[in-house]
Amino acid sequence: MSSSTPNSASYEPTRRAVPAATAPLLELQNLSTHYVSAQGTRVVRAVDEVSLRINGGETLGIVGESGSGKSTLALTILRILPPAGRIVSGKMLFEGEDLLEKSEAEMRRVRGKRIAMVLQDPMASLNPLFTIGDQVAEPIRVHEGAPRATAWNRAKDLLKAVRIPSPETRVTQYPHEMSGGMRQRIVGAIGISCEPRLLIADEPTTSLDLTIQAQYLNLLRDLQRQHHLALIFITHNLGIVAKMCDQLAVMYAGRVVETGPVSQIFNAPTHPYTEALLNSIPRMTDSTQRLTAIDGQPPDLAALPAGCAFAPRCPRAFGRCRDAAPPEFSEVRGRTARCWLAAQGEAA
Amino acid sequence: MSTQAELIVAPPSFRRRPVFSWLGDFPLIPTLILVVIGLVAIFANVLAPHNPEVGSLVARFKPPFWQTGGSTKYLLGTDQLGRDVLSRLIFGARVSVVVGFTAVIFAGVIGTGLGILSGYLGGWVDQVVMRLTDTWLALPALTFAIFLAAIVGPSMWNIVLILGITYWTRYARVIRGEVLSLKEREFVRLAVVAGCSKRTIMVRHILPNVINTAIVLGTLMLGVVIIAEASLSFLGVGVPPPQPAWGLMLSDGKQGLMVGYWWLTVFPGCCIMLMVLSANLLGDWLRVKLDPQLRQL
Repeated sequence: MSSSTPNSASYEPTRRAVPAATAPLLELQNLSTHYVSAQGTRVVRAVDEVSLRINGGETLGIVGESGSGKSTLALTILRILPPAGRIVSGKMLFEGEDLLEKSEAEMRRVRGKRIAMVLQDPMASLNPLFTIGDQVAEPIRVHEGAPRATAWNRAKDLLKAVRIPSPETRVTQYPHEMSGGMRQRIVGAIGISCEPRLLIADEPTTSLDLTIQAQYLNLLRDLQRQHHLALIFITHNLGIVAKMCDQLAVMYAGRVVETGPVSQIFNAPTHPYTEALLNSIPRMTDSTQRLTAIDGQPPDLAALPAGCAFAPRCPRAFGRCRDAAPPEFSEVRGRTARCWLAAQGEAA
Repeated sequence: MSTQAELIVAPPSFRRRPVFSWLGDFPLIPTLILVVIGLVAIFANVLAPHNPEVGSLVARFKPPFWQTGGSTKYLLGTDQLGRDVLSRLIFGARVSVVVGFTAVIFAGVIGTGLGILSGYLGGWVDQVVMRLTDTWLALPALTFAIFLAAIVGPSMWNIVLILGITYWTRYARVIRGEVLSLKEREFVRLAVVAGCSKRTIMVRHILPNVINTAIVLGTLMLGVVIIAEASLSFLGVGVPPPQPAWGLMLSDGKQGLMVGYWWLTVFPGCCIMLMVLSANLLGDWLRVKLDPQLRQL
């Protein structure tokens, strides 16, 4: 494999000897992030006891409605929370190292180099004053100390990799000379410029029209395959999840309520929230059934109910749901659900 | 046929149009005045007909050449020590230009630097810098400058230092505001995600984006600084006497004003007014031209 030729400057995947089945690339254990107000009186549990794992080369989709803690989770993984955000407990094992034990300087070497991120609005992610080449080359220069000329050559290769036509002329152009789809692909190129092991994409397609969205998703998937990249895909679009992801985690009120392989969850959701989510999107096959909306509002994260956070809106809630929050029940074949119904299923 | 011919002829005029429309509201006269003053300052020793610091006492209080008693030897007359007013004005331009530009740049460097630090780092740095500017702005600028001048003593470079220290706060305020909005922009967040250090982000991503504002502010500050320099010289704590400075000439000539020696004050006064007005007009045009909200892309 390519590990035998370590000096090749090409963008072939450099597969390190990490057996995917035994050790996950990133493992989050009981991770909690709270936003604390200046006086310390109000605590918002944005991410609450989240445990997730993702293997190399795999795609994990994280879905949930606005304010369910998806983006905070992404910021937590890179440790770039705003000043009010505190990671209060848990572990983040990335390639066996706990990211929470790293110093700020060590984290800087992880960001962009080993874990990269594509932001919510890639249209605005480019500095209007610098050429495309400078911006694509920046992480390479920051992390590898490569001289400008070398970094620029690699920038050209990267633009070619994200299918930008005539990269030789494009590197010298400025962001305003590009179309939206191109700028997005350039942001993608910046993301993979240092060959990270994990790419976090936080709703990267929300600002694009549907045709460009599809192109971009295809590109991301191709890049993922070529570079053996693990991808965390944060979205609220279940259609994109179906197209892109292997694994799925559903978040509700800061907690992961259900995880498992996408196809299994789509066919047979365990958690009533997941079920409700799936019932609220139109399907091509059964046009007779009316779409159902989920009644009520998501709870205030600063004042969560005592029991399950979804209980007030849950059509199948019973006494126990309002008294105690359900722990994570592990089902067959790597599926988990935070629901007392799953416990009954387990017992039965 | 004729329409075809017109179509073929048309392109050159179309091609020239953007240049004209861009320059359409360019303040040509203020720029020319500033350029002339700049050139005069550079070539002062070539242009000046007499030594500005040495006069002949037999030729005191000569009026400009068009008045009776005036001669073409002293085009704009002479002062109480018999020194040529024109030569002093020419060398005075040098003082005004040097002090004006260096003080504006000095204040700009301090103010922009502290503004970026304050805006980007936030927290206690922000608190310290902003409370400092608040305190600074509460002090009357000219009185504060006089106070500083009394401490360090009069000299041209001390004036630059004093004006820089007095006027940096305006930059700091404006730049900090810019930075606060810039640092929430996606490209700055992308730089964070890409693992850039705070220093890299401030130098590479923030500074180039605020430099426009700093330049506009600088042109507008030029007028303020020149007036301040003239005021300090007028009050006797600016450029020390034998050197010709416009403010100093005003001060020296003020007794003469009562007995009809008008040329001693009117000429330097006009020079100060012209230069400040030009700087302000140019600054105003630049502000509109470089302001992304007023600029049409």
